[in-house]
Amino acid sequence: MSQRPHAPARPPGGSAPLLVVEDLRTEIRTPRGNLKAVDGVSLTLDAGETLGLVGESGSGKSVLGRTVMGLYTTGPAMTVSGRVLIDGADVHALGDAGRRELWGAGVGMVFQDPMTALNPVKKVGVHLTESLRRHGGLSRAAARARAEELLRLVGIPEPARRLGQYPHELSGGMRQRVVIAMALANEPKLLIADEPTTALDVTVQKQILDLLGRLQDELGMAITLISHNLQVVAGRADRVAVMYAGRIVELAGADVLFAAPRHPYTEALLASVPRLGRPPHSRLEAIDGAPPDMVAPTEGCRFAPRCRYAREDCHRVPPVLAPEAAGGRARAFACHHPVRPVVAGGS
Amino acid sequence: MARGVLRRLAEIAVVLVVVSVGTFALVDLTPGDPAIAVLGEGHPPEEYAALRDEMGLGDPFLVRYGRWLGAALHGDLGTSLIPPNSDVAERIAAALPVSAEVAVLGLVMALVVSIPLAMWSAYHADGRVDRVVSAGTFGVLSVPSFLAGLLIIMVFSNQLGWFPRAEWVRLGEGLGGNLYHAFLPALTIALAETAMFTRILRGDLITTLQEDFILAAKAKGMSPVRVLFSDALRPSSFSLITLLGISLGRLIGSTVIVEYLFALPGMGTLIIGSADKGDFPMVQGAVLVVALIYVLANALIDLSYGYLDPRIRRAHV
Repeated sequence: MSQRPHAPARPPGGSAPLLVVEDLRTEIRTPRGNLKAVDGVSLTLDAGETLGLVGESGSGKSVLGRTVMGLYTTGPAMTVSGRVLIDGADVHALGDAGRRELWGAGVGMVFQDPMTALNPVKKVGVHLTESLRRHGGLSRAAARARAEELLRLVGIPEPARRLGQYPHELSGGMRQRVVIAMALANEPKLLIADEPTTALDVTVQKQILDLLGRLQDELGMAITLISHNLQVVAGRADRVAVMYAGRIVELAGADVLFAAPRHPYTEALLASVPRLGRPPHSRLEAIDGAPPDMVAPTEGCRFAPRCRYAREDCHRVPPVLAPEAAGGRARAFACHHPVRPVVAGGS
Repeated sequence: MARGVLRRLAEIAVVLVVVSVGTFALVDLTPGDPAIAVLGEGHPPEEYAALRDEMGLGDPFLVRYGRWLGAALHGDLGTSLIPPNSDVAERIAAALPVSAEVAVLGLVMALVVSIPLAMWSAYHADGRVDRVVSAGTFGVLSVPSFLAGLLIIMVFSNQLGWFPRAEWVRLGEGLGGNLYHAFLPALTIALAETAMFTRILRGDLITTLQEDFILAAKAKGMSPVRVLFSDALRPSSFSLITLLGISLGRLIGSTVIVEYLFALPGMGTLIIGSADKGDFPMVQGAVLVVALIYVLANALIDLSYGYLDPRIRRAHV
């Protein structure tokens, strides 16, 4: 279906998806009021599938990734409603102890900044072995051997020596490989990669993304690839969900979405990406205005104030994410006046 | 590394010279006359003059300082001016273990209580326990140590009768008896230190707990206790360790109030008592030893930063 011919085929109709998110809402308490970081998101992810989750900063994609895991920082209080099923287990009903069994075993997480995601005072080896010993019940020696194997798997040379080093002795790309090895230690079925390459320079970005793709094929896991960068997701995700102001505004197969976006926001996002094929000195489209205030969002469509297709009803009635009349599962968008498929794309 | 240690030793030497010159200058700066301190009042002026000559007080400052320093470097801190004219080094050797033991015991007690307390508070920041701890530590800090000591004596010695008061059993006379008698003074010291340690560590822990690597550790399924001890504590303990070094030096030299309350023959009592009687050699020797312990403790603290954070270790090489 996509550029990756080896992408696993969808399981036959009957089997349940690996990840089910139903009407998920996350509100973060702030001094000004509750911030609706995730506001009614529903999606599914099949085993082995890659879902790209894109949107600008503050669109709620990172919070969504963490809420899916049931993982929060200590800090501002959050309220979560809705349901998340990972491999049949209701994440928010599991309780703390149950979630800890899931974290690092059934679900792994790759963080954005490898400079801060590794504890500066712990050796690389400890980062890996503690998870292995926690979930796999491995002995010290077995965990060490497995940790070495993991480092080799993520393409780190001299793995035995690296185990005894501290994070600051490794380059950024190497550290991100360690972060990935850490998330993969117990071969999770679902990997949530939150901007895994944003903090890296461009050449390293490609290496890391290729690595994730290779590991996905080897281990058969599903990946939620969160990024603000459409190019990171392009060619790697099977399906793409576009988030705006805490909601999914368009969800479609990657090839379909990039070729013919239906939501004006998706179209605007695609138009704002620089491309080599364009004539030199041509103007890059920017999206006017700013994202809405998520403490007190407007009624109606949240993109309406910035949308060039907006009409009167857009400001009153919130559009729902609905499958395209003819398309079935292939695509869904939340827009009263979608972009016509014919005019689509910013080629 | 070797260069770092050499530099550190040079720093220690400079600090000790400055401190010793300062205390030595006390003789010249304070109004009392050592000769009067020795002989008492009411003698003819010739006798005082003769004694001053005998003590070498007529010599220039630097000559006297050099003489004293030379002897001190050989472990001879002189003799007390006050009968029975005991050896200064011996008196210090008797008083120092008492102060050191009570101080170390108090600090250990403070750490044992404050680390878990700070962890709980920080992990549940702004929760009920955290608020009680915040108010409690603030309250304890505002109680002067003589009052805390008196209350502790009232409750544990007078009311409950669990511990004796106003006695000291040397370590040589049995560990059990020694610890039994050291407990209440150590507790008195521990109270304020616990409050201070808890507040400092709580604040640093709250900052550390926001870090990505804490979230990453949780995402591996590590338990909160494991995350706190194995991931959060070490990066959060710089201020605590620094404070610990300062506290150790301070407690050994200047817990006069606690020593008085519990009749401990410690360094604080020795220094204050000697200063009161104009016994300058004793004051000089004791202050020098306290200063030495202080700088050594802080040098150790500085070295421990390297243990706490490997990035610093590397910078030293």
